[in-house]
Amino acid sequence: MGIISRGFSGRRRAADVKLPPGQYLTTDFPVLSAGPTPHVSLDEWEFTIDDGTDVLRRWDWKSFRDLPAETITVDLHCVTRWSKFGTFWEGVSLDTMLADVKTDASYALVHSYGGYTTNLPLEDLLNKQAWIAFRFDDEDLAPEHGGPARLLVPHLYLWKSAKWVRGITLMYEDEPGFWESLGYHNYGDPWREQRYWSD
Amino acid sequence: MWHVGTVIALHDETATARTITLEVPDWPGHVAGQHVDVRLTASDGYSAVRSYSIASAPNSERRIELTVERLPNGEVSPYLTQEVAVGDRLELRGPIGGWFVWRPQQTEPIQLIAGGSGIVPLMAMIRSRVSAGSAAPFRLLYSVREPRVVFYRDELQALSDHDQIVSLTYAYTRASPKDWPRPPGRIDDALIANTTWPANLVPTCYVCGPTSFVESATGLLIASGNSHDKIRTERFGPTGDQK
Repeated sequence: MGIISRGFSGRRRAADVKLPPGQYLTTDFPVLSAGPTPHVSLDEWEFTIDDGTDVLRRWDWKSFRDLPAETITVDLHCVTRWSKFGTFWEGVSLDTMLADVKTDASYALVHSYGGYTTNLPLEDLLNKQAWIAFRFDDEDLAPEHGGPARLLVPHLYLWKSAKWVRGITLMYEDEPGFWESLGYHNYGDPWREQRYWSD
Repeated sequence: MWHVGTVIALHDETATARTITLEVPDWPGHVAGQHVDVRLTASDGYSAVRSYSIASAPNSERRIELTVERLPNGEVSPYLTQEVAVGDRLELRGPIGGWFVWRPQQTEPIQLIAGGSGIVPLMAMIRSRVSAGSAAPFRLLYSVREPRVVFYRDELQALSDHDQIVSLTYAYTRASPKDWPRPPGRIDDALIANTTWPANLVPTCYVCGPTSFVESATGLLIASGNSHDKIRTERFGPTGDQK
C-alpha cells in the first residue's frame, strides 16, 4: 500500500468491481489523439492487408461494407485511466477479413490515415476479439472517434484500437508502433495494468 | 516505480487552479510537455490515480511543479487544489509521454496554442526555452474564457514584454478586458492568420486544450497551410456530446 494521503477518502462506486486495476468509470467518451483529426472521404477510403511486400487483400468502402457486419457491445479501457462500459458498435470481424489470408506471420502492425501505427500479436486480431468498426451508438462513426472506420480491439488498452485505420501489415517480427515507441507498453493488457514499458 | 514528492509550496493561479511545487529526491528529470501520474491513497488502501502535466522546466533541484485545475465532479483534483498542504507527501509516477514535448535542440519556430488549462504543458515549454537559453522563436495564442482565469499571468507578461521570449496573444471567449480590440469569441481564421507563424516558416505547432477546442484550432491551422505532421496535440475533457 502506498503513502496514506491525509484526508483523502476517494469516491467508490459499486460498479468499480468490474473495473481493471487503476481505472475509473466515465459515461462520457473522451477523445485522445496525438495529432489533428484526419478527415477521410469514403471515395478515397481503402483498407489493405499486406505482408510487407505484397498487398494480399484490398477493399474500397463499398466492398468493405458489403462484408457481413455484426453488432458488438463491449467495455473500453483507456490507458489514461477512464473506462466506459457497454459501448455499442457495428463493424466487420477481422476473422472475416483475414479468413482467406494464408500467412505464417505472428505479428501485425496497424496503420492509420494521419500516420498513426500500433502493433499487436496477430492472434489478438482473431477469434472474435477484433473488428473494423464503422458505427457507434447507431450512428456513423464521427471523425474524432476514428471515422470512417477504426480498429476495435477492446481486450487491450484503447490506444491499440487505432482510429482512421487504413491497413494491416502482417509481420514475422514484432515492431513497436507509435505509442509503443514512446514509453507505452508493447502489449497493453488492462487487467494486468500494462500501461508503460516497465509494467 | 513510484517516486515520493514532498509539497514545498502552493500557489493559487486562479479561483479553481493551484500550482503545487514538489521536491522529489529521486526525480529522473523530464522534458517539457511530459506529465506525471499522481496517486492518492485512502486509509483503507483505496487509491485513485490521475495524470497532470508538469508546468516547470527541467531543473537540477529535483523540483517539479504541477498546476491542477479543479474539476466540478473530480475525485483527485479537489483534493490537490483544496486539501493538500505544505509538508504532505504525494506519490508520483513518471515522467510520461514522449510525443507532446519540446526539446531545447529544436531550433524551428514554435507555435503554441492553449485552451484554458491546456496552457500547463506549453508553459513548461516556454520555461524550458528560457532555462536552456534557446533562441527558438516562440509564439503563444492563449484562449481563455475571461481575464481572471489566466494562469501565470505576470510571468507570461514579463516574458513577452521585457524579455521578448515569447510573442503572446490572448483570445477571450466570453469576456475581454476593457478596450480590448477583439470582441469575445472563439479562435477564428483571422486570429490564426494575424497572430500565428505563417505556414511557410514551417513551425512546429503544439495545441493543448479541451477536445472541441483542439479540433477547431487544428482545423484552422491546417486550413492556413500547416501540414498535418507538424501539429502535435493533447486533448482532455469530455467530447461535449453525451456519448
